[in-house]
Amino acid sequence: MSIRARFQIERGTFRLSVDLDLPGSGMSSIFGPSGCGKTSLLRAMAGLDRYDDGQFLVNGSCWQDGDFFLPPHRRSLGYVFQEPSLFEHLDVRGNILYGQKRADPEGRRIALDDAVALLELGGLMERAPSTLSGGERQRVAIARALAVNPRLLLMDEPLSAVDVSRKQEILPYIESLHRELVIPVIHVSHLPGEVAQVADHVVLLGQDGVEASGDVHDLFTRLDLSLAHESRASSLVEARVAGTEAEFGLVRLEFEGGQFLVTQGGLRAGRRVRLRVLARDVSLTLERQADTSILNIIETTVQELQAEDEARVLVRLLAGATPLLASITRKSAHDLALEPGQRVFAQVKSVALLA
Amino acid sequence: MIAEADLLALGLTLKLALVSTIVLLALGTPLAWWLARTRWRYKFIPEALVALPLVLPPTVLGFYLLLALSPDGPIGRLSQALGGHSLAFTFTGLVIGSVVYSLPFVVQPLQDAFASVGRRPLEVAATLRASPWDRFFTIAVPLARPGFLTATVLGFAHTLGEFGVVLMIGGNIPGQTRVASIAIYDRVEGLQYAQAHGLAAALLAISFVLLVSVYAFNRQHRIVRL
Repeated sequence: MSIRARFQIERGTFRLSVDLDLPGSGMSSIFGPSGCGKTSLLRAMAGLDRYDDGQFLVNGSCWQDGDFFLPPHRRSLGYVFQEPSLFEHLDVRGNILYGQKRADPEGRRIALDDAVALLELGGLMERAPSTLSGGERQRVAIARALAVNPRLLLMDEPLSAVDVSRKQEILPYIESLHRELVIPVIHVSHLPGEVAQVADHVVLLGQDGVEASGDVHDLFTRLDLSLAHESRASSLVEARVAGTEAEFGLVRLEFEGGQFLVTQGGLRAGRRVRLRVLARDVSLTLERQADTSILNIIETTVQELQAEDEARVLVRLLAGATPLLASITRKSAHDLALEPGQRVFAQVKSVALLA
Repeated sequence: MIAEADLLALGLTLKLALVSTIVLLALGTPLAWWLARTRWRYKFIPEALVALPLVLPPTVLGFYLLLALSPDGPIGRLSQALGGHSLAFTFTGLVIGSVVYSLPFVVQPLQDAFASVGRRPLEVAATLRASPWDRFFTIAVPLARPGFLTATVLGFAHTLGEFGVVLMIGGNIPGQTRVASIAIYDRVEGLQYAQAHGLAAALLAISFVLLVSVYAFNRQHRIVRL
């Protein structure tokens, strides 16, 4: 099961050539700065724009190859545009049913009721689009795209038309789509925080085309890529709620390579969570510190170092199979004589729960 | 107050306006859709052609139509070849003249309405499995509804008021080509002001009611542009 996308996109003087293999399930995020062609790539995938000599194969169905080109209305896809673009002449129900009436009759992969429930639209079904808030409109647009029972969901910066306070309203829905849907999702974003929260696979797009394509944990911590050099550079850790230390009001999260104690209450045991650890919240010691207030100390191996600037060094660590980033001073790296292969202890000051 | 002959003329006028409006919508809708969507660099040429009746004296338009419809003209020959007769001085000829004369009043509001719908709703519909025809009828037409209302009423009202074209190609045959505007002219020529008043007031009232309804429903739309 996989998705293969090869396109030569040309618009005026703009050129983008991509040749990608994406996983056939889970959420792939196409990440890059504005103007690098993310939306053009997504539109090419949907068949909204046609470029000669492209190839697009989705889990065994061919949507474009050589001279063969399936028009968008014949493709089993859902598309969420940047702006909700609801049909103003139909109410919420009419919008959602528009696609459902025309959907593949064969085996539903998503029950409409589930989509409506997942996006909490039950109370809005009779409303006119013009009476909805920005966040509500985008949720309707997502439900409408899901109602066509697609084999692939494409989302073009679904949060960009929504104001900051509403982003946190919608992001959890997108995150739950990713957990509860069986279909692959390709999502476009220019916000590292959004990608960190939802992506399994990342395609890093730069001004000169595809810079990297791979697992989100790997790409966020690769020192040769830009993501590791953002001011909020961080590593992502998949963990499981393993238990509590109720006496101290702490929750124990286990991951491949160690465990974290966090103060987050109300987490059900066994639940899978994604954690974000900022590189600047990680400090390094050669011996395990005993007399420290820091709870989370992880044994790691130094994999790679790279100077950020005159004063700072970025260190990529491996805790078991999990990569971690630490941003420390060049002086510390020098004093500790850090080098690849060395065993060090990562002291993690804080851990953010993403989902 | 209105003589029977004038009632006949008024009835014919309404029939002409109705038939012409139906033909105008049937021809104007695809033309407006194409003009609103095409990226053809020379689309200003058909746009200018459509707008021509706005500036031409109706007599000029009528003169050329008369030549075209006459037994030796291209449309006249065509209709004779198809087993008909020359279309000059017939009701069908009047419909052809009215359609040409009122074309901008139908095409322009529709073109504006289709353009303001934009590409996005149609793209959304395409991703929701709607074929091109399906998208046109379920998305473009309902969203362009104000444009259809304007086009229908303007096409109808403008046909009611035509005079010059009718005079050139229709003549003055009662029950066939003698429409209200011609009848009024005749009454005034014959100094029958009272009868002229009756017809004129009827046309004025009908046109005013029609336009009031358009402006009331479509406050934000420009009616017609040159």
